Amino acid sequence: MENLISIFLNSVFIGNILLAYFLGMCSFLAISRKMETAIGLGLAVTFVLSITTPVNWLVYHYLLSPGALAWAGFPGIDLSFLKFIIFIAVIAAIVQALEMIIDRYLPPLYMALGVFLPLIAVNCAILGVSLFMVERNYNFIESVVYGASSGFGWMLAIVTMAGIRKKLRYANVPKGLENFGISMIITGLMAMAFMLFSGITL
Amino acid sequence: MKFIQKIFDSKRKHFVEGGRFEKFHPLFEAFETFFFIPDNVTKQDAHVRDSLDLKRLMSMVIVSLIPPLFFGIYNSGYQSNLASGLPITFVAVFIKGCQIVLPIIIVSYGVGFAWEVLFASIRKHNISEGFLVTGLLFPLTLPPTIPLWQVALGISFGVIFGKEIFGGTGRNFLNPALTGRAFLFFAYPIQMTGDTVWTVVSGVNSQGVDTFSGATPLAISAVQGISAFIESLLSKAGFTLPKLFYGLYPGSIGGTSTFMCLLGALLLIFTGIASYRIMIGGILGVLVAAYPGYIVSLVSGNPTVPMLSLPPFYHLVMGGFAFGITYMATDPVSAPGMNISKWIYGFAIGALTVLIRIFNPAFPEGIMLAILFMNLFSPLLDHFEIHFRLKKRVPNV
Repeated sequence: MENLISIFLNSVFIGNILLAYFLGMCSFLAISRKMETAIGLGLAVTFVLSITTPVNWLVYHYLLSPGALAWAGFPGIDLSFLKFIIFIAVIAAIVQALEMIIDRYLPPLYMALGVFLPLIAVNCAILGVSLFMVERNYNFIESVVYGASSGFGWMLAIVTMAGIRKKLRYANVPKGLENFGISMIITGLMAMAFMLFSGITL
Repeated sequence: MKFIQKIFDSKRKHFVEGGRFEKFHPLFEAFETFFFIPDNVTKQDAHVRDSLDLKRLMSMVIVSLIPPLFFGIYNSGYQSNLASGLPITFVAVFIKGCQIVLPIIIVSYGVGFAWEVLFASIRKHNISEGFLVTGLLFPLTLPPTIPLWQVALGISFGVIFGKEIFGGTGRNFLNPALTGRAFLFFAYPIQMTGDTVWTVVSGVNSQGVDTFSGATPLAISAVQGISAFIESLLSKAGFTLPKLFYGLYPGSIGGTSTFMCLLGALLLIFTGIASYRIMIGGILGVLVAAYPGYIVSLVSGNPTVPMLSLPPFYHLVMGGFAFGITYMATDPVSAPGMNISKWIYGFAIGALTVLIRIFNPAFPEGIMLAILFMNLFSPLLDHFEIHFRLKKRVPNV
């Protein structure tokens, strides 16, 4: 239990997927202009991450890792070099399937997530979390918690960014830095403030 | 005053549109409004306005900074003379303190003001008095041994990336002085942390005092692995509660004296410039975050993390908490504007400060980054409070 709490704190504050590893920047910069859409995308990312990370864990540990195919009678096979392409395929497939399922059974949620679900298929944070999960040797439960809390950390970052950009609507930014440039600078300053937690070992 | 007025009137023609120094109009305007209230009036109907404009507000903050400033000068000189074995008379100490602190303040003001003038002339906005506060707050958070070029670098980063890039005072989202301080902290940790940076050692004895250790109370408390009660450890090192309160110990230039900050805080609250909600929220945050650990370590009798056994009110008087919560956290630009948000904001700053002091071995002091961190969330707090207030409102039928 303590282990899971430390994974949560670690992936939300100390090693925030966006502000410490700078993954998922593209949608972060593009969608953070309005608070409502930022919350929507944040929820969608959290939702997808908490499903794809454990699924990828299963795929990795029963199909790809060295000796994983022992259950099928091939103990000597190591397919881990395929993990990038397989993970991407799994993520894309799951996002597609989720979209259809939610559309059919939970229309209000579908309306809320809207266009963000398909966008997420190409969000590098999703792939990054799956790869980190492999690298850090998490077990299944840990990978569930890690996926969900990384998503939450990403959501925290994008919602905060949306708040700041709302405040900066009154700012007078130099011409050359408008929109994209200033967002990059804000992200850098945010990352600096998040370094408050760097050095904590849990 | 007539005399000064004449000087300004005779020079005005050079600075207005079409004049020789048109580009420097902001500079002219800044000096003129320093002496005289501008005669601009609204062009249309009646318009209620308070005479407390930005300039008066910022001047009041400067006035409230005088106690920590003078105490900081005295304290830097006192610590330096004490460590170097020089006489500790009031005059000698004060002169020494001026030698240490004034160059830092002059560099901070000079470099920052140059950037300010540059941005104001090119981007055609007025020079804001906010800089007078930033340029004084920033040096007060620094250790007295800081190299002057780092002061220049830090204030440049703070003014440019903390403020001017967003269009000047009132449009930024982080406190510029803290932005510069944090930048220096991460860029040059050797000059910003440790036991030796807090006291200037000089004079005849400077070779003989290699072993001098000016450990700050926070550094002593943060030592890991000692299973002794920190209170006795601190008083053994000479840091009793009254001493910590009055602030005559090594530390950042302006941040050591809780007493002086209290004087400034009372003035700011009395004149209504700083928010008492943030300050009281901060104090509550410290106490709420520190008490559980304190009680646990009292009960168990054998604290594993020494900082946990520190009585919570020590957190209020140690290190820069008082300075930060009085002058930095209440910055009206980077703090939230709504009342409940202010409570939450202050509370979170206090709580985070204590948590960082206890759990983060990398930083003995947490207040600076805690404020910067909460600066990020203040627009969010405001957004949600406004959102919920609007929801509660009875719709107009």
